[in-house]
Amino acid sequence: MHPDPRPLVLSLAGITKRFGPLTANDQIDLDVRAGEIVALLGENGAGKTTLMSILFGHYIADEGTVHIAGADGQLVPLPGGSADAALKAGIGMVHQHFALAENLTGFENIVLGTQPLFSLTLTRRAARAKIERLMAESGLTADLDVPVARLSVGEQQRIEILKALYRDVRVLILDEPTAVLTPQEADGLAATVRALAGRGLAVIFISHKLHEVLALCERVVVLRGGAKVADRPTAGADRAMLAELMVGRAIPPRERPPSTPGAPVLSLKAVSVGSPGQRDRLEQADLDVCAGEIVGIAGVSGNGQGALASLVAGLAAPREGEARIAGARLGRADPSGRIAAGVGRIPEDRHRDGTVGALTVAENYVLESISEPENQSGGFLRRGAIRARAQEAIAAFDVRCPGPDAAIRALSGGNMQKVVLARALAREPRLVLAHQPTRGLDIGATTDVHRRLIAARGRGAAVLLISEDLDELFALCDRIAVVHAGHLSPAMDTQGLDVRTVGLMMAGHGAGEAA
Amino acid sequence: MWDAFDILLQANFWAATIRIATPLIFGVLGALLCERAGVLNLGIEGIFVAGAMSGWLAVYLGLPLWGGVLVAAGVGALFGLIHGTLTVPLGLSQHVTGIGVTLLATSVAYFGYRVAFPNVATPPRIEPFAPLDVPVLGELPFIGPILGQQTAFTVLAFACVGILAFVLARTPLGLALRAVGDNPEAVEAQGLSVVGLRMGAVMAGSALMALGGAFLTLSAFNAFYFGMINGRGWVCIALTVFASWRPGKALLGALLFGALDAYQLRLQTITGGAVPSQIFLMLPYLFSIAALVLVARRADYPRALMKPYFKGQR
Repeated sequence: MHPDPRPLVLSLAGITKRFGPLTANDQIDLDVRAGEIVALLGENGAGKTTLMSILFGHYIADEGTVHIAGADGQLVPLPGGSADAALKAGIGMVHQHFALAENLTGFENIVLGTQPLFSLTLTRRAARAKIERLMAESGLTADLDVPVARLSVGEQQRIEILKALYRDVRVLILDEPTAVLTPQEADGLAATVRALAGRGLAVIFISHKLHEVLALCERVVVLRGGAKVADRPTAGADRAMLAELMVGRAIPPRERPPSTPGAPVLSLKAVSVGSPGQRDRLEQADLDVCAGEIVGIAGVSGNGQGALASLVAGLAAPREGEARIAGARLGRADPSGRIAAGVGRIPEDRHRDGTVGALTVAENYVLESISEPENQSGGFLRRGAIRARAQEAIAAFDVRCPGPDAAIRALSGGNMQKVVLARALAREPRLVLAHQPTRGLDIGATTDVHRRLIAARGRGAAVLLISEDLDELFALCDRIAVVHAGHLSPAMDTQGLDVRTVGLMMAGHGAGEAA
Repeated sequence: MWDAFDILLQANFWAATIRIATPLIFGVLGALLCERAGVLNLGIEGIFVAGAMSGWLAVYLGLPLWGGVLVAAGVGALFGLIHGTLTVPLGLSQHVTGIGVTLLATSVAYFGYRVAFPNVATPPRIEPFAPLDVPVLGELPFIGPILGQQTAFTVLAFACVGILAFVLARTPLGLALRAVGDNPEAVEAQGLSVVGLRMGAVMAGSALMALGGAFLTLSAFNAFYFGMINGRGWVCIALTVFASWRPGKALLGALLFGALDAYQLRLQTITGGAVPSQIFLMLPYLFSIAALVLVARRADYPRALMKPYFKGQR
């Protein structure tokens, strides 16, 4: 191999970090050169975020060193545990959950902490000129003068990147930057990253989306179980190979047998949910989800998915229009009525809405059917029967846990989701509401959720799948509808549908415009 | 009926409004400074007591009046240090700690008073701040008598409104304070110290609260009594929400409350005992509750209020 002529800007050697018995990072070495785009790939829990948090001073490594090039190009050690030191050394980080104060404007967020705290005034003009120059150079544009809370997610991300560039960083870490973007926005971001790298910026791109990594990055570093398992050029690599490196075993392709849809189970006619002032609302939505099909709802979150899910789950009532489940009209908000009508619900946030952390696995499993005679008699829980049923579900859904009496909050995200899934599917629901069912799950757990949803469809259930992950929607759904600013498009056949069309519709352009 | 309206035309009423509002101005500014940084400070009631007692005692023992003001501010900052240490780096419940600080500060103040004056029935008096002699404006009709009853301590309260508004809106420090109450991660990621900012805000805010107490003993009255704070601190917590955490609106809220209190006192005299006085005493508090019902639903609370921040934990 030819030696790379570009200067080294960052060098990590033997980084190890332990949290109790867990080794989150195990002897990791990583070198990054100026102008290089390096992908850091790995499943949740592989140690990507821990490694970057060490680099950015959130954590202190137990072992190992970080060296960064100083102004003269010489590598000097970076003191650990200080975000301030990392920033001063030229490391910038764009967090997956943006580190923005939403009550401040974009401008204020960018200059925050860059001027001496105890000065009488904020130096605005010079700062403004510098930000505008950076915007012109990088092509990142955003409204600087309104509170960040009012900006779109894409704009907030551009503010985050500008914040790092304003500090003249030489290494930019992007943590799952495309997770929240439409495909078009993601393309725009990729172009910006390439332009920035062309100017000598070193970029570390954290992702689990393999096609992005292959398209954008020149080198890929794969972490698994806290250790580095691969460090190679992306040229010559393919998705199957990277997936196998991440998971450590071959991933079987997803089987999706054909299915013939039956009668509509969920039927919405001109249904509105939520008050007109809300962002997450539905206006005059029409939608049919039939037995034996999976209908997907695509869209950037907060555009009406929440309102739709609340309606189906029974947490909200339709403001106007006619909503029916299996022919019965939906009136008031009535969660237990929906369960009785045969809705199996997989909520968006399994920690907040899906489980009660302090209760046991068995208790969580029967939470929705607690008043059924099989679970109680005369107001007393039938503990033995409940535990036995939970034990069956644990076996059937392969939940890795100490047993039915373990507190559910001790379970990993994937196993917790399996309990939620088991509860939702156990009673063979007519309609399955799956709201972001694979968010934050690793590939293994995701495959399992997908398999279960396809099985429910095969058994004749209607499945409503709300997801921000277009790959997931295109892989699972028979039809896809797009929601934007409360308006739901007609559901389109996935066969022959173009991802880019869906992307444009997610950004608010009509289907006609997109074609 | 006209008597009730006539009250509004008396300079005396407006002078009383400002006098009643002044301690509340200090209190609301202090509370909003703490809350803007993300820390609820329910120690306010006790810090008022401690400020009232310590400022007055310092003057009684021979310090000049402004020396007493400084002592009160220092004592307030000290209780802020206690509240801040427990809630910011240690991350304890802000409610529980605040109530504890109130009980502690109140008890320490009463204890200190008893130690200093073991055997007095009537509290000893000091010579309080004298009314200001305002040139030109003081000679105007109506306005003159209103201003003529105010002291330099009141001027300090109004000045603090302007200073705090300027700091929050226009300086790098204000930017950091507003940010740390909304998203401490953002502050940390920009290389600033979340703990430092919050501790500073709680200590400065507590010092302001103590000034509210000191105003009562050094300007409004001339002695320290048990029970003299009488819920003023709690009112400030409500007024902070009413003010949407803005200094200008805090001034407005304090003046409104002061006006209601001054008004009900005068209304009591003209109704001549036909209505029990307790009904009138309730009025300002009923107003506080009504205002909260109207405002609090839409209130834009600092997002990180009452959420402890631990570094390296997301």
